[in-house]
Amino acid sequence: MKLETVGAKEEDSVRINYDTSPEQYVHWKLQVDGPVATLSMDVNEDRGLKPGYKLKLNSYDLGVDIELYDAINRIRFEHPSVKCVVITSAKERMFCSGANIYMLGQSSHPWKVNFCKFTNETRNGMEDSSRHDGLKFLAAINGTVAGGGYELALACDELLMIDDRSSSVSLPEVPLLGVLPGTGGLTRVIDKRKVRRDLADVFCATTEGVRAEKALTWGLVDDIAKPQQFPDAVERRTNGLIQSSSRPSSEKGVMLSPLIRTIDAQGIHYETIDVEINRSERNARICISGPSDSNSNSLEEIIKEGANWWPLKFARELDDAILQLRTNEIDLGTWIFESKGNIQNVLDIDNALQKFESHWFVKETIGFIRRTLARLDVTSRTLITLINEESCFGGTLFEIVLAADRSYMLMNEEDEHSPTIVLSSLNVGHYPMVNHMSRLHNRFFGKDKEIADSLALVGKLLSPQVALDAGLITFAPDDIDWEDEVRIAIEERASLSPDALTGMEASLRFSGPETMETRIFGRLSAWQNWIFIRPNAVGEEGALKVFGTGSKPNFNWQRV
Amino acid sequence: MSINYSEKIPNNVNLASDRKLQRALEHWQPHFLKWWEDQGPSDFAANDVYLRTAVGVDSQGWASYGHVKMPDYRWGIFLADQIPDRKIGFGDYYGQPVWQQVPGELRSQFRRIIVTQGDTEPASVEQQRLLGLTCPSLYDLRNLFQVNVEEGRHLWAMVYLLHCYFGRDGREEAEELLARHSGDSDNPRILGTFNEPISDWLSFFMFTYFTDRDGKFQLKSLAESGFDPLARTCRFMLTEEAHHMFVGETGIGRVIKRSLEVMKELSTDDPATIRSQGAIDLQTIQRYMNFWFTSSLDLFGSEVSSNAASSFATGIKGRPDEEKYDDHICSDATFEIETPDGTENVGMRNAMNEVMRDSYIQDCGIGLKRWNMLIKRAGFDIELYLPSSKFRRSIGSWVGLPVDPHGNLIDQATYDKKLSDWIPTESDRVFVTSLMQKVTAPGKMAGWIAPPDRGINNNAVDYEYVRLN
Repeated sequence: MKLETVGAKEEDSVRINYDTSPEQYVHWKLQVDGPVATLSMDVNEDRGLKPGYKLKLNSYDLGVDIELYDAINRIRFEHPSVKCVVITSAKERMFCSGANIYMLGQSSHPWKVNFCKFTNETRNGMEDSSRHDGLKFLAAINGTVAGGGYELALACDELLMIDDRSSSVSLPEVPLLGVLPGTGGLTRVIDKRKVRRDLADVFCATTEGVRAEKALTWGLVDDIAKPQQFPDAVERRTNGLIQSSSRPSSEKGVMLSPLIRTIDAQGIHYETIDVEINRSERNARICISGPSDSNSNSLEEIIKEGANWWPLKFARELDDAILQLRTNEIDLGTWIFESKGNIQNVLDIDNALQKFESHWFVKETIGFIRRTLARLDVTSRTLITLINEESCFGGTLFEIVLAADRSYMLMNEEDEHSPTIVLSSLNVGHYPMVNHMSRLHNRFFGKDKEIADSLALVGKLLSPQVALDAGLITFAPDDIDWEDEVRIAIEERASLSPDALTGMEASLRFSGPETMETRIFGRLSAWQNWIFIRPNAVGEEGALKVFGTGSKPNFNWQRV
Repeated sequence: MSINYSEKIPNNVNLASDRKLQRALEHWQPHFLKWWEDQGPSDFAANDVYLRTAVGVDSQGWASYGHVKMPDYRWGIFLADQIPDRKIGFGDYYGQPVWQQVPGELRSQFRRIIVTQGDTEPASVEQQRLLGLTCPSLYDLRNLFQVNVEEGRHLWAMVYLLHCYFGRDGREEAEELLARHSGDSDNPRILGTFNEPISDWLSFFMFTYFTDRDGKFQLKSLAESGFDPLARTCRFMLTEEAHHMFVGETGIGRVIKRSLEVMKELSTDDPATIRSQGAIDLQTIQRYMNFWFTSSLDLFGSEVSSNAASSFATGIKGRPDEEKYDDHICSDATFEIETPDGTENVGMRNAMNEVMRDSYIQDCGIGLKRWNMLIKRAGFDIELYLPSSKFRRSIGSWVGLPVDPHGNLIDQATYDKKLSDWIPTESDRVFVTSLMQKVTAPGKMAGWIAPPDRGINNNAVDYEYVRLN
């Protein structure tokens, strides 16, 4: 039961979809030539996602980034022989000027935050593919690069910059806009590029940035080349990266067919995922339908199934559901995960994933699942899993339980009627979180015995009591209590401050040492989101608001 | 274990078909009986007591009389009849349908309030467990036990809510209600007052008059609750609570009556002379009243309270007889509160404790009027009174200040010197205790108390209310 004291209000109701395909791109050109894919940014300034701004100077908004995300996924699956992606610009002397300032200036706070999160995930995904699956990225910076443009380049393995004595590289957000570079620029400059912190300080506080030579000296780029030599340098660099790639040489790709999805008043419906939207309770029930009894178990069959192979279909649908809900349903603060199906079938899938993991398609499928789960981890919604008699939370699907803030498992009076869960070896290291730990290790961080004990349970069907004792679930109410306990937990959660919950959940979900990604999602995003609501940025005379009007921002000078 | 529930546990909550409740009670009920054996009235477990048992909520059902051994008493679970289409009568959810389930977001507040209320019920049984050994008559002994078994039933009522609506937490809290004991320094009862033993019958009558009356007001405010099962439970408890008030009012009245008899006989109002005749002087009675009234006032909480405001705003706890007020929202209304620094205007919602305390004080005044009539009719120029609500407070803005019973702030030295005139002294207690001798012949009364005007349920005063053989 939900207590309602005020009427629900309607937000502007433009629904954002994330589906696109190369034929539909308006901002990017994807060109594949053997082991090299060239992604040229050519933003159409009149095709912003929302009215009210022009995407000048190769600046981007969410629509531009949706195409980028799609293109990279196409390369992963449809072009398995691509070993190196060259990201460059189709514009004269302008690589990319970053996120569009007018778009940011007119956007609501949740929109800005969601936009930054998605762009961060795409850039992290590039690094993820490089690290795990051997897909390398070269930023061929053929003109001026600023802000988010440089941050996109920073996500590449190597940065090559044109030295034409006028193009510059900069992170001008602080001096120009009074906000931070929001997609990991500050973090990557010191963590990944290893730029000395005092030089980074100078760099990040300068509007005009630095030109190629100094950029090289300071370590902001790996290489520079004169305009005449630039194409050769790109080729040389590309060849180097191709050498370091583990992607196959001549394989036929798997087409990423459009997702089959219907959206209606009840929710969003896919083949393996059904999202039921409960607006008055402010939650979404996300039910996963497990794999059927007739799973492919040979590599040939799996490849033939392609995008219809259960684990890939599931991961794509879950990914889309997460993005849909995050962008379009910001009032639904609690996501309740359920599943139905045969747990043995999930284990069969896990076996296949593991048996064929060295094959590029299976490897990319695992990668898709890995990135989707990581997206779940950084989602600012309460995640609750419910495990009942119908559930099939085993192996890969058990990651959802591990990702959740809490889990409830039904304990029937007689054990044989209770649901079971099961760990598979995929839970142990195939799906690292952004802190580079498995969710199991993250859950039992610093507790070697608990980790060892749970590893000993891999492959065994676990009753609620065993799961509870092993710390794999949170609560195991019996059938009499189940309904009430679950209802009350969900209602209670829905009554708490959404801001405080976001902060609390983000703090509790990641244990152990920081990584570059956790620093981006934690430290950088938290500061950025704070700055985004401060009058110095978004007040009437804030820097973001007055940008381009000729007026100077009027700051409140207190340091907080 | 199979239990014939409706036979053993009279109820109107469908216990026979409610697995959840059965399971919870199967576990709890043996613990309750063990608690009754260990902490309930001492020495009288084997005796037949003429008790009223609730077997239904209608006028026939709620008062069915008969002799029963206390451990065999049929503690039941009753909710007053549901009022169709009942709406929340106050606070931010005013006018919305009442809740048949606890809203998740109010769960912990409701649980705390039910646990606190529930804790007082067994506490008072524990406080009174030795009183039976010094009863002034069989009639009074029976009344004591009636109060005790009903406090036991009120515990059941709260446990029912915990079991039925609060899941595992609720069951754990229900166990805790049996694990805390009055006066046990390791596991004390939640509210301080309920940890003081009630060792003499004058205190018992004062307790039932003043402290149980606080209970009545708490129940009345919870009877307004937006959580319908709580409201219905409390409405039914109120019908039983009335008997406890009756025991208190008639008890104090009979003590006064007896004192007046002695005073008239000897034409004196000299306390020493009255005491020498084995009756209790009115001054001592006044001091006992001062003590019990003021400690009961504290149970309402601080004059200005954010908890009270939140309970009102969220529909948890209304004002007793909420319908008699005009403004049920009270979001802008203010209330004048007297503090040591002068009058203060506070938000009405924050002042709900004080509002309730005021109605309580008025209610307390009714008995005093009757007693003063008795005194006047007997021809004595003495008037019993309720001390000021600023006197001897240990909570709120008057806490610890030297205020006399008439509400005047005086200097500390005078206060310290005069305090023994205002509340019972050690020698008062020794004297009262000396009168506490067991009297058990049917119809006989101890010398310090007059017989009641009539017996229980149309029986004679000398009816054998408790069979001691």
